[in-house]
Amino acid sequence: MCLAIPGKVLSEYVQGSMRMAKVKFGGIVREVCLEYVPEAQVGDFVLVHVGFAISRVDPEEAERTYQLLQEMDQLGELDEPEFGEIATHAAKGGGS
Amino acid sequence: MKYIDEYRDPVLAQKIVEELHRIQTRPWVIMEVCGGQTHSIVKHGIDYLLPKGVELVHGPGCPVCVTPLDMIDKAHAIARRPEVIFCSFGDMLRVPGSQDDLFTIRSQGGDVRVVYSPLDCLKIARDHPDKQVVFFAIGFETTTPANAMLVWQAHEAGLKNVSILTSHVLVPPALEAILQSPHNRVQGFLGPGHVCAVMGYSQYEPISARYRVPIVISGFEPIDILQGTLMVVRQLESGRAEVENQYSRVLNREGNRPAQDVVANVFEVSDRTWRGVGTIPGSGYRLRSEFAAYDAERVFDIHDINTLEPSNCISGEILRGIKKPHDCPAFATECNPQHPLGATMVSAEGACAAYYTYGRHLSMDRERLVTISTGGGA
Repeated sequence: MCLAIPGKVLSEYVQGSMRMAKVKFGGIVREVCLEYVPEAQVGDFVLVHVGFAISRVDPEEAERTYQLLQEMDQLGELDEPEFGEIATHAAKGGGS
Repeated sequence: MKYIDEYRDPVLAQKIVEELHRIQTRPWVIMEVCGGQTHSIVKHGIDYLLPKGVELVHGPGCPVCVTPLDMIDKAHAIARRPEVIFCSFGDMLRVPGSQDDLFTIRSQGGDVRVVYSPLDCLKIARDHPDKQVVFFAIGFETTTPANAMLVWQAHEAGLKNVSILTSHVLVPPALEAILQSPHNRVQGFLGPGHVCAVMGYSQYEPISARYRVPIVISGFEPIDILQGTLMVVRQLESGRAEVENQYSRVLNREGNRPAQDVVANVFEVSDRTWRGVGTIPGSGYRLRSEFAAYDAERVFDIHDINTLEPSNCISGEILRGIKKPHDCPAFATECNPQHPLGATMVSAEGACAAYYTYGRHLSMDRERLVTISTGGGA
């Protein structure tokens, strides 16, 4: 029920008093209300639930988390590091 | 699809599972709060990958499941009226009331429509000024902003033929109800990612501190759930109890302020009855009095309906993590998705329905699956 799917904002338009967008999910394009994510721009990925964008997907956070997981092998050798340290480590090591 | 495929990477999953095996020293019971997480866990067999001592129990976060039977009966009473176009999300249609489900009512001539978004009701109302358009507004905090926007827009546009039947519920009071139970087994939570995308996670900090319980707000893909579980187990093993955010690509501590503002304008907190659990104080929303004209219960003067749940259903204990579907003698015998006896079987996201859908009623034992998934080496 709380299913929400990330899709890419293709174009914007106004309907009534609402800011709307065409959003692409894989091969499907749907109309989505952008009222709750005013910062979203064309090209951004937004998380969509029942026709409403509820969040803009943060590409830097996604990359950070992914790098952090990729570094898991090294993690095991460290002694319970703080998350901040891991992020710094990942950013330095990954060069992203 | 971007932001989905990379969170289903089996190599990464294996790394996290190995790390869990490495750090886990004692048995732990962790509850995933959301029905969407339960569905993902059972679908992907994530619980079978975890160390034996890490048990996942399934939480109350399925809004279709916890919508009380009397509310479903009210929906059906409204949907049967000839002047009504009754709109709903698709997953409410086959939920049985005391007599029928919405599919049956439609087959008998009721105008019951599935909508993709609550905003679809605005167009239907404009196209049918002679009809009353009623939307079945169920859901957790994730869905409330969408339903609030329907009411707000109808109000702005002066539409007089739109109303909502409200059955909105809130996660934090339900977690407290679970933790306060003398039978509670839950030691850590995978928190509800999309609820927190809207509400943020500051509401969970006092719960984590008061009950000394780790809460890791987590996403829904296999990697999200595995990483969230790892973060909870790390906290438990080191004696910490904090709120952490696994799902940082989607949410932050504050949540979505514009959405919170519209919800606060339209709704106010109220007591709610949860199917299988009972009434939890302050655990839901009702329309504010200035929006009473959009309250379907007032528009149609629906009286309280007395309902009786089957006494042999244990869904209340399942929703609180005390029991699992296999503990119920009715599971997959007299209770199945075609003939559900209670909350956790009525929706695909309910624990019993998920177990049934993915063949767990075929009594595959855990040992055998672990052996298969690890190539016979376990």
